[in-house]
Amino acid sequence: MSNYIDIGAITDIPIRAARLVKTMHGCIAVFRTATDKVYALDDKCPHKGGPLSNGIQHDESITCPLHNWVFDLNTGMAKGADEGSVRTYDIKLDNGRILINRDAIARAEAAE
Amino acid sequence: MSQKLVIIGAGMASGRLIECLIDADPNAYDITLFNAEPRGNYNRIMLSPVLSGEKTYEDIITHSDDWYTENNVTTIFGEAVTLIDKAAKIVSSKSHTISYDKLVIATGSAPFIIPVAGKDLDGVMAYRDLDDVNSMLSASRKPNANAVVIGGGLLGLEAAAGLKEQGMNVTVLHIAGHLMDRQLDPAAGYLLKKSLEEKGITVHTEGFTKAILGEEEVEAVLLEDGTVYPADIVVMAAGIRPETRLANDAGLRVERGIVVNDAMETSEPDIYCVGECLEHNDQLYGLVAPLYDQAKVLAKTLLGEPAAFTPVEISTKLKVTGCDLFSAGDFLDGDDREEIVFRDAVRGVYKRLILQDNKIIGAVMYGDTADGAWFLQKIKSGEDISDIRDTLIFGPNFASGADADPLAAVAALPLDAEICGCNGVSKGDIMAAIDAGSNTLDAIKANTKASASCGTCSGLVGQVLQMSLGDEFVLLERETVCKCTDLSHDDVRKLIVAKGLKTIPAAMQELQWNTSCGCATCRPALNYYMVCAWPGEYMDDGQSRFINERVHANIQKDGTYSVVPRMWGGITTPDELRAIADAADKYNVPTVKVTGGQRIDLLGVEKEYLPAIWYDLNSAGMVSGQAYAKGLRTVKTCVGKTHCRFGTQDSTGLGIKIEKAMWGAWSPAKFKLAVSGCPRNCAESTCKDLGIICVDSGYQVLVGGAAGLDLLETELLAQVPTEEEAIELTQAFYQLYREGAQYLHRPYKWIAKVGLDWIKEQCVEDLENRKALSDRFEYSQQFYRVDPWAERASKGVDAHEYSPLADFTKVAAE
Repeated sequence: MSNYIDIGAITDIPIRAARLVKTMHGCIAVFRTATDKVYALDDKCPHKGGPLSNGIQHDESITCPLHNWVFDLNTGMAKGADEGSVRTYDIKLDNGRILINRDAIARAEAAE
Repeated sequence: MSQKLVIIGAGMASGRLIECLIDADPNAYDITLFNAEPRGNYNRIMLSPVLSGEKTYEDIITHSDDWYTENNVTTIFGEAVTLIDKAAKIVSSKSHTISYDKLVIATGSAPFIIPVAGKDLDGVMAYRDLDDVNSMLSASRKPNANAVVIGGGLLGLEAAAGLKEQGMNVTVLHIAGHLMDRQLDPAAGYLLKKSLEEKGITVHTEGFTKAILGEEEVEAVLLEDGTVYPADIVVMAAGIRPETRLANDAGLRVERGIVVNDAMETSEPDIYCVGECLEHNDQLYGLVAPLYDQAKVLAKTLLGEPAAFTPVEISTKLKVTGCDLFSAGDFLDGDDREEIVFRDAVRGVYKRLILQDNKIIGAVMYGDTADGAWFLQKIKSGEDISDIRDTLIFGPNFASGADADPLAAVAALPLDAEICGCNGVSKGDIMAAIDAGSNTLDAIKANTKASASCGTCSGLVGQVLQMSLGDEFVLLERETVCKCTDLSHDDVRKLIVAKGLKTIPAAMQELQWNTSCGCATCRPALNYYMVCAWPGEYMDDGQSRFINERVHANIQKDGTYSVVPRMWGGITTPDELRAIADAADKYNVPTVKVTGGQRIDLLGVEKEYLPAIWYDLNSAGMVSGQAYAKGLRTVKTCVGKTHCRFGTQDSTGLGIKIEKAMWGAWSPAKFKLAVSGCPRNCAESTCKDLGIICVDSGYQVLVGGAAGLDLLETELLAQVPTEEEAIELTQAFYQLYREGAQYLHRPYKWIAKVGLDWIKEQCVEDLENRKALSDRFEYSQQFYRVDPWAERASKGVDAHEYSPLADFTKVAAE
């Protein structure tokens, strides 16, 4: 069995937008960049819990809508003066389909 | 001893001639000036604004009696010259006979009166001088009076618009199949007709006048096709003819006009000619620019210097508000000619370029004339356009690519591109001043007036300086939009308009952004500047908006949203309140709060439920309150004279009217209004972005208040007598702010920067500009006065925002 789950087409997400994957353990934000790369991060800013999927995306960064913390989509690390990080998940594109690692969905069990 | 120079006719050409002569050598001639009109020179081009009431005669005088006295010009006004005796070198009028050494004929032109029955009735007039304008103005005072204008050319249409402005019912008769057939092709003429008809002017093309009817006074106009238009006045604007009678009688060579050579000499020695009465190389001239060139040439000739008149391509613009048209060069069809046409029916835009041998020889534009100057320059230069032909019609921003020079954007502007809109200073004017020694911003400001009014162009002026002087000029440190660019907000705004940039990627490319797609600071700013500059054209980029504006609700600290339906002027109904209560129950809204802007806030709605709750509120007739927008928020009101014993006006009604006119508009920052019915000010108008306080005699419009981070009392913009004016002034102020302020600046910050005096000049003192601002706002509003909730609740706009891509919570549960 493949270790990845098909969660939709890249075109289901507008360019530079994000959409959510809901899991039993919280929401994962899936980002599509201007160059058609996809990234998956926890939809929760480590600062005050802001939903990152609602932020403004630029280059490969996302600005949190609540207090403007900026995170690198590649690493989940906060940029600039702020310190903190968001968990990232294994996600990839295959022929226009977005595939996310099963562990992302089941991470709670994996973590326990 | 000075020679004696006699000039016949005190018009614009001879006025310029006298100036040139006196500038060069005040003692060369002893000047005598005859004028048939009982007054000196005034700016005839501005007769239309006098007719429409925007200006007075005093405003358009160019040479006063004092001016003639100071410059030793002897004037004989109110007497037409009746005879030129070229052998004796004398001219005669009714009571004067004057001898001359040199004679200048500047008799201008006479209106062409079409030879039909009734042309001599009272009330039939030309449109040529101030007396004509005064006759029209007195006719317009009769209530519901009818005017028929014969002739749909430049002059006739300006007369028609002016008479309409004065409240007359106006009909324009035009012989050709379309209006302004000398300047426009049929398609542009059609668009022009349509927009005049929208102003309430009747246009009858292919209208041949058969007779003007009436006993002593004109009563109606009868056309060949049998149509009869009632008329209290008939204005003949069917064309002008060079006034050549004197020259004819004197035996000068006259064709259509008085024939002159390149030096402005007629066929007779010591007799010269300037202006509309002359003919040069088979051409007549009626626009002011070539007339001024002729005056310069003649001044040199009279001073014994060699000079030759060379006509240049000129363009035409119509001075009728709301009719934006431009034509230049030659635009008739022909076998050896090709054309490029662009049409946009929705916006009413038409552009046509006429090419011959890979050169542009003519251009006609209607509806969007922004690139007119650029095309005119291409016509003048006669440059080969084969390389840019594919994108030529889209103007300079497409035709030339960007390079790596940070000053490229400014460098690419043509010399006649306007840098300072307030004072009409072009890039060429600034460069000329630099050549003449101005090498600082202050020197440019002092010598050209560029950036001397509102100051928002100082960044661009600096760039022109830097481009011309290189390292000698150090640009001042300025606040840039963000780290992605070296340009300031003001620079970016002006370049977006000047270069016609209509997408964010185009702006980033042309303005040389140093990041690939900007950041969370510059993208919303650019998006707003595009929305403001290109209403109806720009495709809003949701991903460049802050989340609140992207999903049309306010994000709260826990990621839920708040929903605030509009309550016009703070007025609601039991049905609306019931619907709000039902929605609050149905969607488990945890908090229902009354806001400071007199509406109700439903706090704590899950994002996924937003379209559903909006649907319910829409069904009860409510629309988005835009409580989340950098845009028009609320209009707070008191109950006014409807209920209150102190109220002076219907403040609630006015508030509702304003809110209904202005809702949905975006601006640099939020914009809150209030209308109080008396100076007790219960609606707290004095701390709003714009507040109105009603008084017995009218409406005080106050601006620039703040009650947030800063606390500021409003200042009076103006008091106006009627609701209509209060609304127009409110819209004009808002539009001025929308067009000028930097993103995220509330009006009080913008006012601090540009000064309230400048704002008053723009929208209080200059009524024409006030109207134009308000019209631009109205134009934009047709695209933005749309409920974003309904679009999302019922039409599926941006559905991706409100539903997850995948949901594993249910899968896991099963």
